[in-house]
Amino acid sequence: MLPLLGLLIRAPWSDLWPQLTEPQVGQALRLSLVSATLATLVSLVLGVPIAWVLARSTIPGRSVLRALVTVPLVLPPVVGGVALFLVLGRQGIIGRVLHEQFDVTIPFTTTAVVIAETFVAMPFLVISVEGALRAADARFEDAAATLGADRWTTFRRVTLPLVAPGVAAGAVLCWARALGEFGATITFAGNFPGTTQTMPLAVYLALQSNPEGAIVLSLVLLFVSLATLLLLRDRWLGRSGSPVT
Amino acid sequence: MRLRVPLALAAAGLLTLTACGSDEPTEAAAAGTSADGGGLTGTLTVFAAASLTDVFTDLGDQLMADNPDLTVTFNFAGSSALATQITQGAPADVFASANQTQMTVVTDAGLNSDEPTVFTENVLEIAVPADNPGDVTGLADFADADLTLAICAPDVPCGAAAEQVFEAAGITAQPDTLEEDVRAALTKVELGEVDAALVYASDVQSAGSGVQGIEFPEAEDAVNEYPITTLTAATNPDAAQAFLDLVESDAGQQALTDAGFRSPSS
Repeated sequence: MLPLLGLLIRAPWSDLWPQLTEPQVGQALRLSLVSATLATLVSLVLGVPIAWVLARSTIPGRSVLRALVTVPLVLPPVVGGVALFLVLGRQGIIGRVLHEQFDVTIPFTTTAVVIAETFVAMPFLVISVEGALRAADARFEDAAATLGADRWTTFRRVTLPLVAPGVAAGAVLCWARALGEFGATITFAGNFPGTTQTMPLAVYLALQSNPEGAIVLSLVLLFVSLATLLLLRDRWLGRSGSPVT
Repeated sequence: MRLRVPLALAAAGLLTLTACGSDEPTEAAAAGTSADGGGLTGTLTVFAAASLTDVFTDLGDQLMADNPDLTVTFNFAGSSALATQITQGAPADVFASANQTQMTVVTDAGLNSDEPTVFTENVLEIAVPADNPGDVTGLADFADADLTLAICAPDVPCGAAAEQVFEAAGITAQPDTLEEDVRAALTKVELGEVDAALVYASDVQSAGSGVQGIEFPEAEDAVNEYPITTLTAATNPDAAQAFLDLVESDAGQQALTDAGFRSPSS
């Protein structure tokens, strides 16, 4: 909490407005929100099934898979960015094929931002959902199965509603982490206003030449993320208990 | 050593440091007859621009070899980060900046104990991957939108210098990324992810065989001067001065030249 207070105290309140209305700020903020949201959606699509496999299946090598999923948590994000280059860069294992056969280059695009953020943030979602799945009573699923529901119906109508709070919490964590992502993004996606310069990148660069501007940008990022999280929380609390379709 | 420390600890806890140091006097005695007399003790903390990492580490080792009781520690980072740390009260003896701007931040705060002197210079060079996939030959290629190009962000020194040379050459650059520092730009060349980047000659030198450097005449429009000074916060002013002398000595200048820097006012 104290660093937060520091930011508030040092903020140049008098010339807040001119700093805020600079076109680059809006651009970076929009890009941050869009890419963090996309990264969360991608994480949901990929992460929930992974979490299910980790919690419910009995395939061999599950603990290895879990360790691999959590690697991005311990890896310094900059290293993560280099790793992404080695796979998806134009000299990378997959990226080379994309570049030479399909003329698709991923680095230095908004897609690269979303990939970098997903890479770093998805483990937060997977771990939350896996925890929720383990805590949920599997007998409900067994009951559904005895009543003739196939696996997919059971997952959709029984399991998901049971773990919805866990999924929501995981998604929030994932979104927040994606929003603040810096290292992997600046390494893999580079930094260019409008296409890959998210708020954390803008803050870092502003710090080099204009520390007061950096404080303003940090506050904007802070307030927008807090506001979003509060808003979503109210929604979820209001809806809790209602069936999820 | 391994046995000695616990023994010394058991005997008299406070004596451990001297006990460790006294292990190596025979080796150092020969080297200790340097110009500095080998009498420096304590710890010397040097804050230096990241581009000086290799050269200064070597010079620090040299100073420690000459003065066995001296420990030299470095904080290598971007000059602006260092200047911020110094103005926020970081305990440093020496500050070597990669540009005059960040040195001014420190001198304006009155934290320098001596007039800063320029000890070396660095000029921009075009770095391309060893096989030069974009067939880059000169600065004009930076206007080619089809190439994947990296330059530093205008907020950091190498980016400010890049802006200067582009302006002087009348070129509108078409970069794909504005890197947060010069090493990040160089990394992307080393990985082969960009066709060219604008970095310093010393960076090309440090990168080795994976990176090829291309000199260009417009670089003279943005020569980067590196100033160095001792600081008022210095806890070891004698060692600080000895380090400055070493940097400015013939040996120090030679080490810098070998690393791709050039002597001032050449």
